[in-house]
Amino acid sequence: MTHIKASDIVVEFPIYGAKNRSIKNTFLYAATGGRLARDSAERVVVRALNGVSFEFGEGDRIGIVGHNGSGKTTLLRVIAGAYEPVGGSIEVSGRVASMLSIDVGMDMEATGYENIFLRAAIMGLKPGKIPPLVDEICEFSELGDYIDMPVRTYSSGMSLRLAFAISTCVSADIILMDEWLSVGDAAFSEKAQKRLDDLIGQAKILILASHNEKLIEKSSNKIMHLDHVDLVKLQAI
Amino acid sequence: MSAGVQRIRAALNDLKEGICSIYVWPMLGWLEIKQRYRRSVLGPFWLTISTGVMIGGMGPLYGRLLDQDTSAYFPYLAVSFVVWMLLANLITDACTAFISAEGFIKQIKLPFTVYILRVVWKNLIIFGHNLLIVIVVLVFFRPSLGWYLLLVPLSVMLISINGIWIGILLGLLCARFRDIPQIIGSLVQIAFFLTPVMWKATMLGQHQWAANFNPLFHFLEIVRAPLMNSDPALVSWLVAIGITVVGFTVALAMFSRFRARIAYWV
Repeated sequence: MTHIKASDIVVEFPIYGAKNRSIKNTFLYAATGGRLARDSAERVVVRALNGVSFEFGEGDRIGIVGHNGSGKTTLLRVIAGAYEPVGGSIEVSGRVASMLSIDVGMDMEATGYENIFLRAAIMGLKPGKIPPLVDEICEFSELGDYIDMPVRTYSSGMSLRLAFAISTCVSADIILMDEWLSVGDAAFSEKAQKRLDDLIGQAKILILASHNEKLIEKSSNKIMHLDHVDLVKLQAI
Repeated sequence: MSAGVQRIRAALNDLKEGICSIYVWPMLGWLEIKQRYRRSVLGPFWLTISTGVMIGGMGPLYGRLLDQDTSAYFPYLAVSFVVWMLLANLITDACTAFISAEGFIKQIKLPFTVYILRVVWKNLIIFGHNLLIVIVVLVFFRPSLGWYLLLVPLSVMLISINGIWIGILLGLLCARFRDIPQIIGSLVQIAFFLTPVMWKATMLGQHQWAANFNPLFHFLEIVRAPLMNSDPALVSWLVAIGITVVGFTVALAMFSRFRARIAYWV
């Protein structure tokens, strides 16, 4: 059963300035006691999520809306497993495909071909499962002979196409997206759109954070409002 | 289940999953080497050459300064220096194990141990390249070799295993306190002169015991002794194994406690 259950998750980012991050202050604090202890206790912490709870199951298409800094991306990263919440708990079952940054692990100096293997391994694919996907990725990304050239020689559109093709080559139970992915010129964009739709169609849960209300209404059946780090309401549409 | 037990379990799980990700960390380790030497004609063999030049330059000079017989001193220095490079690089790279993986850590979920193993693996590859020099020197100077030589893979393995706990411990501390990499850097530099790398512990005469208080000496000795066909350095083996056990205990305790914080620190 694919599901995500979060109860009361709190995420806080400690802000280490030049003052706090050095060992000197920690030593000084130990040596001087009171004065700096207050300093230390008043460490600046940014609370990015404040007691957010929700439960999503199969068939849920969730659109997350909220202002800049309301915690949308942080929430996605918590679900992706990059950040463990400071408080509360989160339970995710099912294979997660994170489309938050589709170019993690890409090496500019390596060829497009090498990058397919690199990215795929980081996504958790076993080497035996990669070769059957390679042709399909090459074809989809329309890179032609460029696939044997270092990625640094690519235009930004080309490397985005490659990253997109790799990230969308295997199906997943849960898909996380921060704004809708759009790549390339008009013709390619349409093709990419179709591929993404297929992938999302197979997925059991989609979580999409966006500022675009029309897009959210179109693609989701539940809307989650994040307002100043608190989950305000979950509404079904 | 108490929170403490849960944390320890999560840490051990991270360690296990990390080690099992055998398609990820060797690749990332290699990639780092390839990135450094991309587009150079000799590639990673620059590692071999730069170490070779260093040893070739230092050998005759220090042999003379320390009043040693060159044919005995040169192989000693070559072996010492190559093993020292492994130890020193493992320690200094451990400091940036998590910091340099920031791009990964903040975006995707991989076991943290993967970033540690990447560092260890990278340094083993470098060691492999440097080992060519040792082989050349040993063939050229023909010191007598014995069955003790079979201990070398074991001792290199023990050093690599120690690289894991050092990576966890220093990686954590350095991610939190950004001064520590600098401190470690200068300590390693001074340790090069204080450890019997260029000189021999026996040169200390009646103060020879002092070298025994240097943990790095023991790790150096477990590789060097078999290659120099001297006693297998039982004391050094015992100390090295002891350090491994203590080191892992401390590192795992820290890892259990702070693993979840790493993503916020880097």
